Amino acid sequence: MAHSGINVLFEGTNFLRLMGGLWTAIWIAGLSLILGLALGTILGMFRTMKSRIIRFILRLYLEFFRIVPTVVLLFLVYYILPRQFNVNWPATWMAVLAFTLWVAAEFSDIVRGALESVPEHQRESGLALGLNQWQLFRYVLLPQALRLELPATINLATRVIKTTSLLLMISIMDVINVGQQIIEANNQTYPTGVFWVYGLIFILYFIIDYPLSKWAKHLTAKQQY
Amino acid sequence: MAEEILKVEHLNKFYGDWQALHDINFSINKGEVVTLLGPSGSGKSTLIRTLNGLEPFKDGRIYFHGKQVDPNPKTWQDLRQKIGMVFQSYDLFPNLTVLDNILLAPVKVQGRDKAAVQKEALELLDRVELRNHADAYPRELSGGQKQRIAIVRALAMHPELMLFDEVTASLDPEMVRGVLKIIKELSDQDHMTMIIVTHEMNFAAKIADQVLFLENGRILEETPGQQFFDHPQTDRATEFLNSMDF
Amino acid sequence: MSWTVIQQSLPNFIQGFKLTLWLSLVGIIGAIIVGIIASLVQYFRVPVLSRFFDIYVEVARNTPLLIQLFFLYYAFPVLGWKMSAETCGIVGLIFLGGAYMAEGFTGGFNGVSKSQLDGGRALGMSNLQLARYVVFPQGFALSMPALAANVIFLVKETSIFSVIAIPELTNTALDLIGMYYQSNEYLFVLVVAYAIILIPLILILNWLERRVRYGTFGN
Repeated sequence: MAHSGINVLFEGTNFLRLMGGLWTAIWIAGLSLILGLALGTILGMFRTMKSRIIRFILRLYLEFFRIVPTVVLLFLVYYILPRQFNVNWPATWMAVLAFTLWVAAEFSDIVRGALESVPEHQRESGLALGLNQWQLFRYVLLPQALRLELPATINLATRVIKTTSLLLMISIMDVINVGQQIIEANNQTYPTGVFWVYGLIFILYFIIDYPLSKWAKHLTAKQQY
Repeated sequence: MAEEILKVEHLNKFYGDWQALHDINFSINKGEVVTLLGPSGSGKSTLIRTLNGLEPFKDGRIYFHGKQVDPNPKTWQDLRQKIGMVFQSYDLFPNLTVLDNILLAPVKVQGRDKAAVQKEALELLDRVELRNHADAYPRELSGGQKQRIAIVRALAMHPELMLFDEVTASLDPEMVRGVLKIIKELSDQDHMTMIIVTHEMNFAAKIADQVLFLENGRILEETPGQQFFDHPQTDRATEFLNSMDF
Repeated sequence: MSWTVIQQSLPNFIQGFKLTLWLSLVGIIGAIIVGIIASLVQYFRVPVLSRFFDIYVEVARNTPLLIQLFFLYYAFPVLGWKMSAETCGIVGLIFLGGAYMAEGFTGGFNGVSKSQLDGGRALGMSNLQLARYVVFPQGFALSMPALAANVIFLVKETSIFSVIAIPELTNTALDLIGMYYQSNEYLFVLVVAYAIILIPLILILNWLERRVRYGTFGN
């Protein structure tokens, strides 16, 4: 019996369903990253502004996400939006919202760090050439900051992808949720199916995340020399 | 007949395809001071680092006391206990006090008696006028003080040969003198055998028994000390000396 | 928001709070031990073992904890290896955390400057002496920021234990919501509970990080 357990993956439409679940996880991760990076860039720029109040509020925003685990974040959105604000979105949208806010918080700190690490004399020599604030940002700070923040951004992306594993907790039909259903439906015919289904999902996550984290490491190593 | 300490024969060194040192030949006798001079990138630092195995070399031979050095890590590690080296960046260990920096290698590497080494270390510190800093951490010292400690740290190993790699290059001008004075004393009083890479021409002129002038990884000229500064043999060396004057 | 609801839930949350603390503590200590062993093996390039740990680090870091836990809790029993949910949680956290810690320590060791290594070599140190007296003391200090970040990360990861029904904080809140439907109150207590653990922890780690850095490098 044990050796044939792998067949559970190819029974009926099982494999296609798993891939469909994976796609759900991927588009949620992708969309949240795009929105979160955009919002995070803006927040990060604000965090280098002189206004103490703005900096303080944004810092609080960041610290909130530092303290609250992502699982809890998902539940906050999942329960509070419909019950308090009567927003009845599909769970996938709520996940995108929660992830976007989280990514924005983390990325705002990456952007701030990168902007602040551009040496002061770069800013000064830009000003000395007669650049205005916007030109300074566009031509001097941003290009240097982008290069600095790329590895951290890729690492953030790998974390977002791994965190999609939590989607089943708010009943989203992601790859793990589909996997659970397949395991339950085939428990009689394939008692070892659980091993193969979770094994496949394990490998799928690894296949997506491993190249990304290798890339980030490669970029970091390159920057140090 | 003077006793030969170190001899280099037909030494070539490559970084990938690029040749950093071309057919280097020279020797140094006991008590002699050889200075390596030349423009930046001429290979002086690479050469001096090769002499205690910090840089591997492709072919050629190095002899220590007439015995050819087998260039494997173990041989070099033993040899480095007899060849002291001081660097531009001091490289004191930041987590250890001055005294512990000095004691570490004699006690742990050479296995000598700690009390005896400590006594000697304090005497050496006296000599460089830093005895009252024995319990300080490197971070509490100025660059010049750190470099004097680094010299003491190397001397505590009882080296037979000292290598100095641009030891004053990162010091403030007013710190340079104190460090050079110690090196000069080592030569005059202790007759220490030394190979020195430096950009301080006045100092080199005073201390060098022999000057090796390098450019592009080649020894262009090998001339006794004072003669090099008075009558350099090559146009390139003349040009170099003129460029160092203001 | 009803204070009575909150008050009535507190005994449950205190239980969950204790469990979260306990599981975090055991998991983090285990992760640090595994991380030190793995990073040492990798540093000395111990044959075979270092290859094994290289693979372990990559696999553990690039897969989600949730799937690691499902494997331990649901798939392993099929192979005849059954552990309690708590044990699975701790093993999973050590498996994940050990890899993160190993990465952190390795980063610290690699961060020791080349000129410090030259300085040690020039004093005739063997590779072992170089590691003992130069690389490790400075490397551990350099890896403190990573260590601190990993500790915070691992405490938060215990919230995922709720999927295998370990009654830690998050699971407690979900149970209560399922039973009494008072999501605002329970989620509020949940967030506060994490803040009570994490805010002091972040402050202590920051302080420790500064102290170690000053003790080693003086800045």
